[in-house]
Amino acid sequence: MSLTDTEISVDDPTAPEADSPAVTNNRSVEIVVSLLLVGLAALLGYDNWRTGISWDSTGPQAGYFPFYLCVILGGASLYGIVAALRDRTTATETFVTRAQLRRVLQVFVPTLLFCLAMQFLGLYVASFLLTAGFMRIIGRIAWWKSLLTAFIFTAAMFVTFDIAFDVIMPKGPLEAAFGY
Amino acid sequence: MEAFGLLLHGFGVLLTGKTLLLMMVGLVLGIFVGVLPGLGGPNGVAILLPLTFTMDPTSAIVMLSCIYWGALFGGAITSILFNIPGEAWSVATTFDGYPMAQQGQAAQALTAAFTSSFIGSLCAVLLITFLAPMISSFALRFGPPEFFAVYLLTFCSFVGLGREAKHKTIISMALGLLLTGIGMDTISGQLRMTFGSTDLLRGINFLVAVIGLFGISEILLTMEERLALRGHAASISMRVVLGVWKDLPKYWVTLVRSSFIGCWLGITPGGAIAASFMGYNLAKRFSKDPDSFGKGRIEGVFAPETAAHASGTAALLPMLALGIPGSGTAAILLGGLMVWGLNPGPLLFVEHKDFVWGLIASMYLGNIVGLVLVLSTVPIFASILRVPFAAIAPMIVVSCAIGAYAIQNAMFDIWLMLLFGVVGYVFKKIGIPLAPFTLALVLGSRAEDAFRQSMIGSGGSMGVFWSNGLVGSITTLAIALLFWPLIDKAFGNVRRLWNPAVT
Repeated sequence: MSLTDTEISVDDPTAPEADSPAVTNNRSVEIVVSLLLVGLAALLGYDNWRTGISWDSTGPQAGYFPFYLCVILGGASLYGIVAALRDRTTATETFVTRAQLRRVLQVFVPTLLFCLAMQFLGLYVASFLLTAGFMRIIGRIAWWKSLLTAFIFTAAMFVTFDIAFDVIMPKGPLEAAFGY
Repeated sequence: MEAFGLLLHGFGVLLTGKTLLLMMVGLVLGIFVGVLPGLGGPNGVAILLPLTFTMDPTSAIVMLSCIYWGALFGGAITSILFNIPGEAWSVATTFDGYPMAQQGQAAQALTAAFTSSFIGSLCAVLLITFLAPMISSFALRFGPPEFFAVYLLTFCSFVGLGREAKHKTIISMALGLLLTGIGMDTISGQLRMTFGSTDLLRGINFLVAVIGLFGISEILLTMEERLALRGHAASISMRVVLGVWKDLPKYWVTLVRSSFIGCWLGITPGGAIAASFMGYNLAKRFSKDPDSFGKGRIEGVFAPETAAHASGTAALLPMLALGIPGSGTAAILLGGLMVWGLNPGPLLFVEHKDFVWGLIASMYLGNIVGLVLVLSTVPIFASILRVPFAAIAPMIVVSCAIGAYAIQNAMFDIWLMLLFGVVGYVFKKIGIPLAPFTLALVLGSRAEDAFRQSMIGSGGSMGVFWSNGLVGSITTLAIALLFWPLIDKAFGNVRRLWNPAVT
């Protein structure tokens, strides 16, 4: 690809295909989310009712304010279900296509693993692994570039937060070996 | 001119080497955040907030607000050079900005965008300087019922005036308010909605939720798109800058009109997007040659940018004067104030003069420094876009994790952040607005306290919200705004009955 001085061009080797089939539509997701919210409202509402939703000598009890919020949340979510069922247009709107979902999971799963790894290896080692792995596997960037970038980034984070700003992060065996 | 003297004092607070350095760092970080895809004002401020935890509040707010100005400037770069609006409010900038870049006038378009941003912000800052102290001294007389009425007004105006489906705004708001109730109740000391979990005892931290909702979810959303991009590189020479500035007086009507729209809409919640479109549309309508808009007309860059920045800055007015944020970013800055141990609200002007006037002075200074900085460094920032997203995404994830963990040093918060990331992703896709959620999270506990204190004061009578002229009119206005769509419709019907010829 030839580039002139006045142009910037970036490629996306693993972009989702435009013609990928839809996994689900907006209407189904809206109904599921509304159902979940009704459930949440019922659960929290019950808990607040147990705490006390009436008035005593000192004014409203602790559960009063949140209980009525649960009622509002539940009511709005029920209305949401009805509105979604009656609305025909959202049934044809794609929520996510298969290719898009794959890409989203490609970020979400590594992020999940990163959070898990953070508990055992400490934040800095986990962040090195995440950055290097992500660049190499998702971005198809050369190994040496990925490893170098990840190392520089992690080191910069360590210096900024742990040394310069005194913000303490979870640490693992590697940091312990260096005496931090 | 008491405000003027205090402002000078504010500049005195600012003009130290350390603060100026922090300002530059903040601006550079902000422009960086504004240019990168998948990040923007609120995300950038939320992610970088932990950096400021160990600073004193004045340095912290100066740096954070500079990140915000920087992000606003940065958004214009991608809109004009790449036709990618970094934020919803820079969409209108692409209409004429990108065609200008295609015609080889990228430098002119960028100069116009930065200059008009600067003018818009300046108008809003002037408004803040003179209006905020007056409003806050008026608000000093407020008791709990008045405060609750003002909170109610904020919530109701979101529902009544927002463009999203009403029930979705209500869901988002009720959920946010509910989540702030989790944990220890501040008045009775009872535990609420914790279900025996010790992690929930602390409650759900506002910033953790925001980092998840804006940072993580934004990455998930960005990954769905095709991330290849193609655009123009540009450098700005002094000659171009002077050329654009020389023509500036010709467009004074557009600039004044857009600044006014921006300031007005910025004070009401969620106004920046509406302001930029309104600024653009009005400039087009009043133009002698409306057809030339959209084909690379410099006025089409001036109008939306001025309005967007005026409104982005004016959103800080209610935050400073009343403790009510006018935008998502303002809500996050407000969250920051609480972390630094400041109590947002009208008392801020009395108890923390240095802080408030330092912040206001930093708005002036930050915008001037920012203007010079962006004009001179555009080529560097534009080339950041050459960095592939696969390298940027993990770095953003790591920054989010650092931010979420640093707030309370709790691993539980990391999982909470992830959960909010998924919630934010789903909510955005099905059109449940996140701004009311953020606002409810930051105001929730104070709204509840105000409500219960008024109830305790009145012995449980709702009449306290109509007990005097002030609180009564605010409450009535709030309820009117809640039902505004219905009232509007009713008026329309009545008018049609009276005058059937006009429809």
